[in-house]
Amino acid sequence: MGNLLLQMLVATMTSLKIFGLTLLFSLPLGMLVAKGRMAKNPIISNVVNVYIMIMRGTPLILQLLFVYFAPYYIFGSSYDRFTAVIVGYTINYAAYFAEIYRGGIQSIPVGQYEASLVLGFSKAHTFTHIIAPQVVKRIIPAMGNEVITLVKDTALAQTIGVAELFRVAQNASAREFSTMPIFIAGVFYFLMNAIVSRSFDLLEKKLNYYR
Amino acid sequence: MEIITIDNLQKSFDGLGVLKGISFTLNEGEVLSIIGPSGSGKSTLLRCLTQLEPVDGGTINVCGQTMVSSTKEGVVSYADKQTLRSVRLNLGLVFQNFNLFPHMSVLRNITEPQMHVLKRSKQEAEKVGRELLKKMGLEEKEKAYPDQLSGGQQQRVSIARALALNPTVLCFDEPTSALDPELTGEILRVIKDLAKEKMTMIVVTHEMAFARDISDRIIFMDDGLIVEEGTPEALFGNPQNPRTQKFLNRYE
Repeated sequence: MGNLLLQMLVATMTSLKIFGLTLLFSLPLGMLVAKGRMAKNPIISNVVNVYIMIMRGTPLILQLLFVYFAPYYIFGSSYDRFTAVIVGYTINYAAYFAEIYRGGIQSIPVGQYEASLVLGFSKAHTFTHIIAPQVVKRIIPAMGNEVITLVKDTALAQTIGVAELFRVAQNASAREFSTMPIFIAGVFYFLMNAIVSRSFDLLEKKLNYYR
Repeated sequence: MEIITIDNLQKSFDGLGVLKGISFTLNEGEVLSIIGPSGSGKSTLLRCLTQLEPVDGGTINVCGQTMVSSTKEGVVSYADKQTLRSVRLNLGLVFQNFNLFPHMSVLRNITEPQMHVLKRSKQEAEKVGRELLKKMGLEEKEKAYPDQLSGGQQQRVSIARALALNPTVLCFDEPTSALDPELTGEILRVIKDLAKEKMTMIVVTHEMAFARDISDRIIFMDDGLIVEEGTPEALFGNPQNPRTQKFLNRYE
């Protein structure tokens, strides 16, 4: 039993690594994608739109397989499995984050931009000091949803052979003829998401100093 | 001294002419009110002046600098970025719906532009901010957030925010239109005090009695044109144009 828990904790570290690295890359990439989606240049905005449609319109599991196996067929070799997982998750989540960012940015009243312009703020300053802080507050509930989904989506990494929490639990189940490991994995996911959920609640409260 | 000179200003939206050749000058220390029915182009005029809307033709000079000019053939050319920036700093604008920054405290709303645009130190910006808040009767509200204030208080903060940058001209775009009648008085009082201090101002307003009271000169606009222009006594006492007479009759 102790051995099993140890194995599962090690696998949980892998899941958390996928989770953390995906957020690290997809949060900023999503902003870039959102900017592209809102670009005045129709070529840029259309290309980005197609990318978002593919990412949101096809299963993540398929995208993971594609990211890992496509290079084999095209270049004859691929990167390691873990890297493929991070790339796959990052480009998928960046598309979702981008749409959340876009919704947030477009919900800011035009008057905020006009006041900034008339007061003489630079474009960069307007974005970082006036628009972005208000966007963050508005998108927190939607972002919470996505981040919670990401915790659970890490279980899909096993499709290209990365031994994350759920794979290890399934293996243990098969080995020991018991559903207990899978149940324990469920508790693990629940606890991780309890922390995520609580963090978002705190963040929301912290930003509640204005309406 | 002439501070603003506008010549033959034109602006249309989707082919619909909103400003059809507006020309006027504004002198230092003068209070100019612009009145007229909704859709006459009053607000668009201010928005063109403050660079919120690009013009389609005409010339605008502010404090000796040419902000935009155009040839007889209608080719519009704006000044370089540096000049536009300096022109912008000469003009303050108070919006109809305040446009305060909701995530910043009242004081921060006033200090942020000073620090970023005029590169004032935080201490200096706060000193200026507190003085202005005192002048606006809001010294106890510096830590409040805009949503905790009444509309009238928010508008006074936005006036303080604009004044903090020491504009040469302060423009008001229907500053009381979003306020209920009880609150308009406090804003009108503030503007009146500024007029007494010889602040140069352009006020787009629907408050006829107020315009009559504070203005050195009044422009009546209709359908994208200046119909009549004169002192309050002349314009209200003895309007020449039938269109002006009709408009003013409704306010008697």
